[in-house]
Amino acid sequence: MSDTVIKVEGISKKFRIGSAEKAAYKTLRDNITEAFSYPFRKTSELFFRHKPSVAKDIWALKNVSFDVSSGEVIGIIGRNGAGKSTLLKILSRITEPTGGFAEIRGRVGSLLEVGTGFHPELTGRENIYLSGAILGMGRDEIKRNFDEIVSFAEVEKFVDTPVKRFSSGMYLRLAFSVAAHLNPEILIVDEVLAVGDTRFQEKCLNKMDDVGRKGRTVLFVSHSMPNITRLCKRAILLENGTVAANGASHSIVNLYLNNGRDTAASREWTDMSKAPGTDIVRLRGIRIILENGCVMDTVDISQTFGVEMEYEVLKPGYMLMPYYHFYNETNIAAFDVHDTDKAWRRRPRPAGLYKSTAWVHGNLLSEGRMFISAGLTRVDAAQTQFHEKYAVTVQIVENLENDSPARGDWSGEMGGVVRPLLRWSTQYGDTHDSPQS
Amino acid sequence: MISASKSADSGPEALKPAGSRIIRIEPSKGWVSLKIGELWEYRELLYFLTWRDLKVRYKQTLLGVLWAIIQPFFTMVVFSLFFGRLAKMPSDGIPYPIFTFSALVPWTFFTNGLAQASNSLVGSANLVTKVYFPRLAIPVASVLVGAVDFVLAFAILLCMMLYYGIVPTINIIWLPLLLALVIVTSLGVSLWLSALNVQFRDVKYVIPFLTQFWLFATPIAYPSSLLHQPWRTLYGLNPMVGVVEGFRWALLGAKTAPGVMVLVSALTALLILASGALYFRRMEKNFADII
Repeated sequence: MSDTVIKVEGISKKFRIGSAEKAAYKTLRDNITEAFSYPFRKTSELFFRHKPSVAKDIWALKNVSFDVSSGEVIGIIGRNGAGKSTLLKILSRITEPTGGFAEIRGRVGSLLEVGTGFHPELTGRENIYLSGAILGMGRDEIKRNFDEIVSFAEVEKFVDTPVKRFSSGMYLRLAFSVAAHLNPEILIVDEVLAVGDTRFQEKCLNKMDDVGRKGRTVLFVSHSMPNITRLCKRAILLENGTVAANGASHSIVNLYLNNGRDTAASREWTDMSKAPGTDIVRLRGIRIILENGCVMDTVDISQTFGVEMEYEVLKPGYMLMPYYHFYNETNIAAFDVHDTDKAWRRRPRPAGLYKSTAWVHGNLLSEGRMFISAGLTRVDAAQTQFHEKYAVTVQIVENLENDSPARGDWSGEMGGVVRPLLRWSTQYGDTHDSPQS
Repeated sequence: MISASKSADSGPEALKPAGSRIIRIEPSKGWVSLKIGELWEYRELLYFLTWRDLKVRYKQTLLGVLWAIIQPFFTMVVFSLFFGRLAKMPSDGIPYPIFTFSALVPWTFFTNGLAQASNSLVGSANLVTKVYFPRLAIPVASVLVGAVDFVLAFAILLCMMLYYGIVPTINIIWLPLLLALVIVTSLGVSLWLSALNVQFRDVKYVIPFLTQFWLFATPIAYPSSLLHQPWRTLYGLNPMVGVVEGFRWALLGAKTAPGVMVLVSALTALLILASGALYFRRMEKNFADII
């Protein structure tokens, strides 16, 4: 399992912008005028010390190195222009690196686009063969998988219709289906998953998961962090063409997502004129607190903590409802909570200072960072008074030395946004009253 | 503690780590090899690309594959009227219509191949930028597609020979070599033009000119016997001269064997092909970036 199948050593790629950008391709005339003017420019440089107007070089990738072991599923993330696509293009041998080298052991299949090689005039059946051949499948291989491809795409009735008459959904489904049945040892995928409706997307993801579990090596570029953490154990973060981080996917994703987001455990607004709110109510502060009232940014998984909101009601007589939204590091909404304190529900509040705290009991959330949005709305008029997105964050940690009850005797990775402690029961022997055939 | 990782229950399909070859990706230096072997490895893709172009070619046309015949046939009619009847062009003692048609058949193959192939790379930009395969497959497929049209036009030529009562001589055994010559010529020029077209879209405008001039520089409407030696042999530097005269000699039994002239043509054609392939290979690595 540990032998290296992809070895990337100091890969760099230079692009020229400037003059090359103005005209995507040069005409012969450009070259000829350049050739004619070259001697003049050269002489003027000599006499007047003009700086020649050189095209600017851009390094799309700079000294990128990493290894991938056989059977690993690796996610590559980064902002637009970070060099993700260029890296995949180099590894797929579509374009050459300017420097460095990469070694790949095994048959590579790359999916940089859905529907590569599809021709609109050809029928679904013909396109399956054509696209299959272009992606690197042999004719026998396609023949063997043909029925499965068609049924996976759910286009059985239309195999002999030209794909130009397909709906765009059908087209994408068929295109993905062909690609999904590619069976290389190393698969390079660029964000082709987001096709079709939600149900089909789910099907695609499961298929990808399958591929990973069959021991194939997968390199996967995506902007969807849940998909990255779901499919990949390891991730590489690219920033401006260099490897910014390389490690366990959830921590890399965490790093990427926290970029540009506040990660404070408390926020205070001292200047009331700038505080969020309306002339009815103003927010004063939001804090993560322990039961003893201390503000804390890190909480043990089995510890209870509170999210406290301090606000001042300026105009009396309104029914107000504080609420919190909990998101995990991959931006998945864990849950929303609304104030259910019986003493103050549906009751017009007098003016004054309030503190509303929601207590999150231990053994509820999974480990990782939680981003909490806080808001307050009027109940009688459904009018949001303020809503602070990702106002505070809390890091749920798990210490295996301490008791981590929901884990049982398992020491590996655990999925999910929540990790509740459920009641388990076991029956032993004498189970013939259970329904069996 | 018990720890069974999720991947432990993977299916029976195991990866064979040994035996697979290693691909090394690095910047290529200097002149690259032709990698003909790789093209052979991808022969199935070549087949499918050719098959696609064939399938798509006459889709949604009224006359369909008839176009393969209409084009050379009507050119022949026009040439026979103007050059044969009105200008009384000599035709080496062969009836003028078949004299010119036997030249138009390989010529049409040549120009159609040229027109299709030179645009083929740019037309397949979505493939070139998204998937790896030997780029040579694209123009090669475009040239090969013309073979079907050629066969149809050739059948018409045989019918005309029957009509005029012309029996082919024993020289017909040279026909496969002449066919190879026209393919080599067409492919060589196509490789140059298709690779140039990626960088310089001027090629698109050059092609109509080029084929027009080349048509008159080739003895299609007139016999090469109008020229005297040594000019006639030098004329063979245009590889299509060798092809056309060779066709007439092999099929229609034109008196003079074009021996040396065809040899000169063959050499030129091979030179064009070799240089075209090298140029193509050299430019290939940048195709995806500049197309």
